[in-house]
Amino acid sequence: MIFPLQAVRAVPHRTWLRYRFVFIVLAPIMALFFYLRILPTATAIVMSFFRWELIKPAEQFLGFDNYLNLLKDENFRLAFFNTTIFAVATTILSVFLALLLATLLARFVGGRIGAGIEILYFAPVLVSMVPVTLGWREIFNYQHGVLNAMLGGVGIGPQPWLSDQTMALVAVVILSVWKQLGYNLIILLVGMRAIPRIYQEAAAVDGASAWQQFRHITLPLLAPVTLFVIVITTISSYNVFTQVYVLASDVQGAPGKLVRVIVYDIFENGFRFFKMGYAAAEAVYLFLIVLVLTVIQFRFLRGART
Amino acid sequence: MRRERLVPNVVRWIVIALLIIGGLAMIFPLVWLVSTSLRPAPELLLVPPRLLPEHWTLDNYAKAFASAPLLLYLWNSFVFALVSTVFILLTSTVAGYIFAKFRFPGNNVLFMLVLATAIVPFEIYMVPLFLQVNALKLVNTQIGLFLPFLVLSYGIFFMRQNTMTSVPDELLDAARIDGMSETGIMLRFVPRLLAPAIAALAILAFIQAWTAFIWPLLILNKPALFPMELGLSQFANTRVDFGLTSAGAVVAMLPTLIAFLFLRRRIVEGITLTGLRG
Repeated sequence: MIFPLQAVRAVPHRTWLRYRFVFIVLAPIMALFFYLRILPTATAIVMSFFRWELIKPAEQFLGFDNYLNLLKDENFRLAFFNTTIFAVATTILSVFLALLLATLLARFVGGRIGAGIEILYFAPVLVSMVPVTLGWREIFNYQHGVLNAMLGGVGIGPQPWLSDQTMALVAVVILSVWKQLGYNLIILLVGMRAIPRIYQEAAAVDGASAWQQFRHITLPLLAPVTLFVIVITTISSYNVFTQVYVLASDVQGAPGKLVRVIVYDIFENGFRFFKMGYAAAEAVYLFLIVLVLTVIQFRFLRGART
Repeated sequence: MRRERLVPNVVRWIVIALLIIGGLAMIFPLVWLVSTSLRPAPELLLVPPRLLPEHWTLDNYAKAFASAPLLLYLWNSFVFALVSTVFILLTSTVAGYIFAKFRFPGNNVLFMLVLATAIVPFEIYMVPLFLQVNALKLVNTQIGLFLPFLVLSYGIFFMRQNTMTSVPDELLDAARIDGMSETGIMLRFVPRLLAPAIAALAILAFIQAWTAFIWPLLILNKPALFPMELGLSQFANTRVDFGLTSAGAVVAMLPTLIAFLFLRRRIVEGITLTGLRG
């Protein structure tokens, strides 16, 4: 005998029983979630309007003073400048190279050779940041580093990779592009392989060159994935910290001080000077950047779908 | 006809050769690190440096293990990543299932809240979170270290989407008719249908905790509690002996590389599956 599903479900599971189950199961998770995510995020926003120190919370309401003072703060301006240069350079280079590699891999190489090559490019993604940064610290070393030795081989003098502010920023970009490239490559390859071959074959039959196929078929169809990769790389680049902390020590050996980035500045204001309200305002600025990038991504994706 | 096929073939092999050269350049820093760790002290200062050591030695490892508790750091990282993964899997699977399959007042509002926090990076709220953990007197404790890594907003979102696509209502109803309890369905029946998604999330969660840096740096100053990333950076910060720091770095990398050898496909799948959320 066949009952309509609705009827079967309605009898043993009365609504209030279901609510009780949902409540019992979900309440502890949401409590944890509230305490670990919502509360600190909301507090960060509240704190940003106060003079707030470790032992003196909510000392004085300041309105937008923290925000305005930050705009005049040399350290914050430098951090914002460095981080933006870093994020733009890392994103452009890692996405461009990943696109190039993905196109070549998808077009010319398949099977076991392709998989083998992918692993080589993917290896840096797997290993964690601190050990590889230590490896790069040796490579960038002024006197004994292998990079300066190689540059010497082609007639370029040794570069002060880890003692000059500009060169150190370049060094951090090189390391970060190297680390990010494989991730972007894998994501783009998945997107590229999802494009039905028939489009390219049809275009080839119509006499389109390889470049025209890439320009007019692959690139537009890949746009959402490319945009995703760009946004993810930019956001994670704005949050850069670990590699800078390990790589860019200043002359006194203070970690991360040579290339000041936003998260480092938050860290210093909050935990070295204990100006926590000030640090929170800085974090809100960082969040606004991330938010704008996220909104751009959603806008474009919606545009691409309709 | 024949010439037309021959030319692309040559091009193809040139491209492959270039890709392999580029790939070798990519793993060069890793190879270099291993090679440096196996050099005796005098060879570290050689200009120009050689790719492979002339006299191989394990001295650097002996010295590194003697001067820092590297194995303890690894163990700490492992426990940290494991606890975080178990909690994230449990909370994400359960909450994702509830959000996907139950209608109750507040479902949408709560889920939107989860979704909204998924885009807030950790760096934004780490200062207040530190104050909260400080108020609980959990600074410099393992629990304080674990706390922020017990839930993952994106994990809840990810499991909700996967529950919606791979757990049909009909199967749930069938299980109910068979007399399974709601708890049984949630903890035993549904996870079996979600195995690939759970594996992907597990990899994401494990890597996230294993590579965590800034939170351990804020919350811990007792070396006995350091996970590997923090321990290694402190170890290397005070030392300029490349042989020693390389040996430490190789010890830190080794577990990841071994895990990758065994779980290669799963890890790549997991990263693409959780990555392609756009």
